[in-house]
Amino acid sequence: MTAALEARAISIAFGGLRAVDQFSLSVPPRALHGLIGPNGAGKTTVFNLLTGVYKPDTGDIRVHGQRLDGKKPSAIAKAGLARTFQNIRLFGELSVLDNVRTAAGVRARSGLWRSLVRTPLYLAEESAIVERSLDLLEVLGIAHRAGEQAKSLPYGDQRRLEIARALATEPKVLLLDEPVAGMNTQEKHEMRGLIESLRERFDVAILLIEHDMGLVMDICDHITVLDHGCTIASGLPDAIQRDPRVIEAYLGVPEEASEGGS
Amino acid sequence: MTDGEKKPAGQGPRGTLAGGNPRGVTVGDPTRPLAARVGAFRPNPLVAGVRSLYPIVIGLVIALLLQTLVAPMLGPFYAKLLLDIGIAIVLAGSLNIVNGFAGQFSIGHAGFMMVGGYASALVTYYGSIKLGWLAPNAYGVDVHGGFLGSGDMLFLFSCVFAGVVAALAGLVVGLPSLRLRGDYLAIVTLGFGEIVRVLVQQTSDVIEPAKAAGASWLTAAKHLGGPLGFTGTPTYVSPTPWLENAAGEQTGHAGIFFAYAIVSVLLVACYRLKSSSKGRELLAVRENEIAAEAMGINTARAKVVAFVTAAFFAGVGGALFAHEIGVTLNPKELGFQKSIDLVIMVVLGGMGSITGVVLAAAILTLLPELFREFAEYRMPVYALALIIVMIVRPQGLFGIKELWDLGFWRRYVIPVWRKIAGGWLIPKGEGDLPAAIAKRLSTERAGGELAKAKDSPSQGARRNGS
Repeated sequence: MTAALEARAISIAFGGLRAVDQFSLSVPPRALHGLIGPNGAGKTTVFNLLTGVYKPDTGDIRVHGQRLDGKKPSAIAKAGLARTFQNIRLFGELSVLDNVRTAAGVRARSGLWRSLVRTPLYLAEESAIVERSLDLLEVLGIAHRAGEQAKSLPYGDQRRLEIARALATEPKVLLLDEPVAGMNTQEKHEMRGLIESLRERFDVAILLIEHDMGLVMDICDHITVLDHGCTIASGLPDAIQRDPRVIEAYLGVPEEASEGGS
Repeated sequence: MTDGEKKPAGQGPRGTLAGGNPRGVTVGDPTRPLAARVGAFRPNPLVAGVRSLYPIVIGLVIALLLQTLVAPMLGPFYAKLLLDIGIAIVLAGSLNIVNGFAGQFSIGHAGFMMVGGYASALVTYYGSIKLGWLAPNAYGVDVHGGFLGSGDMLFLFSCVFAGVVAALAGLVVGLPSLRLRGDYLAIVTLGFGEIVRVLVQQTSDVIEPAKAAGASWLTAAKHLGGPLGFTGTPTYVSPTPWLENAAGEQTGHAGIFFAYAIVSVLLVACYRLKSSSKGRELLAVRENEIAAEAMGINTARAKVVAFVTAAFFAGVGGALFAHEIGVTLNPKELGFQKSIDLVIMVVLGGMGSITGVVLAAAILTLLPELFREFAEYRMPVYALALIIVMIVRPQGLFGIKELWDLGFWRRYVIPVWRKIAGGWLIPKGEGDLPAAIAKRLSTERAGGELAKAKDSPSQGARRNGS
């Protein structure tokens, strides 16, 4: 079975700094894959490489077997790779509905002329876009805020809207960059249920960056750990928790151990 | 989901994660892709055709009424002002597409206007001569034929030609500007405006009618008047209609009709652009380019579309201006200053607000004319107004919203209008949605407002099932 998302030995250097070095990853369909690591380990850089914001110096990226490295971010998104952002990037002045509509509209066939003339196809597509957007907002529990300006939403709802917008592009793989950052326990609990349900429901594979270890260990099938741009461990959550290199990366080396000569 | 069996953690009874559905809204399957939904919404092509055309027809009727009823009532001075306002709306409205919708700050818009103006003047002046439409005294060219007669047709053709030439210029400016943003883009557009101005200044004097008949189009294009301006263009755009020429024939000076016909085409195009997926792509580019690109929007193409569309209408506006009575098309008048005037209209009205920009264009055209005696103070007053607006209301009068989205409009104007005319002619700002979708949308909104009113913001409103 082809992986939903596959990256093979991608690397990028900024000047002399090897931000990501020989990163490989394979996410099967409907899997929930965690990507963790200390601050500055290169997690978000990996996201930017996968989504085409940066072009990898070496290596290749495939979504369902289709090669995507070197393409524009918009082409990659259309091929089925959608993402959310660590520092929320909504279309602030637009309404909640319009945020989702904009993303859903990417799949419409009507171009500029059909939009200006308002042909039957255009009208049908616009209606379908609104219906689909409302359905998505309903799933994320923010449909009642459809008419509000995106930037006026409370923080948790902004994160939900980002996910709704990403889902609207009809992705095969969803990349979530710290979806529960800054949330309280209750909100985290809700978001966790949501993330878990998405992959079955929307038939997407999810790649998750998150600092909340409890959450990552609970919901991920598989975890990759990055440190200084290198993969230091990859495996099941239980194995990762016991992996000495992961513990070292997060907690540092205990003094006796380093004296013992490692 | 094929059936309702699988219910992962956190998923509520009716398939919504958030649980119950207290507002009685029919919720569809969110996973159904767009392509699968479209079929259900196919409208009757005949109805769609009528709905596609009627705003333009209404616009044409209004333009005709302005020309035949309103202009005579206003008298020549105010009728000329009405005409000026129409042209200003075309120009500022077109700038709003690139500055407002797409958020690409262009300060060379008069350059497109100049390209269009000279392209159209070339067609009507030298075209008239080649067609033998010389004025009775053979000193200039004739405004030929009656209303919508042969002369008007030549003029309308020149408007379209002007738009196309300006759109090509827009493509030329748009393509290399894709990588630039903010100040850098502004400098490029400024440079473009100056280049056009200098090029026009390098052209030779306009060829006299008597000698021009044999000149080729290429030769004609090199004789656009230079720094003195393009003298002798026929004045098809005049506020006072139905003048008679020396031979006693009716001449087609129906400028207000033409200007407002083009205004209505522009406004319908802008509104449809803003409320369509294509237009929202522009707004998305303006709001957050990185997110727009990540959502699958080809931001480079969106910007080019914005530049080309805006340049097209600026070219048409330039054509109107070139044939306006009392105007000698002239590179000095269409320089940087003109671009700034247009930018001020857009910024003041609200970047991205169609009605806001229309209002600002009208006000800023009226004010200096009504206060002629203070005309010298126009620029300081403009600048001061701009500074005050930037401090008090940086998003402009209307921001990105339209008149009918504003609170005061919904609170005070709509109820009064309802009493007078019922539900007639109330713009909903939602395009042409079918009743079921529109109802669902308004139910969701009402639910949100209800929840907001009932308790403190988010918690109570969010229907937490789990």
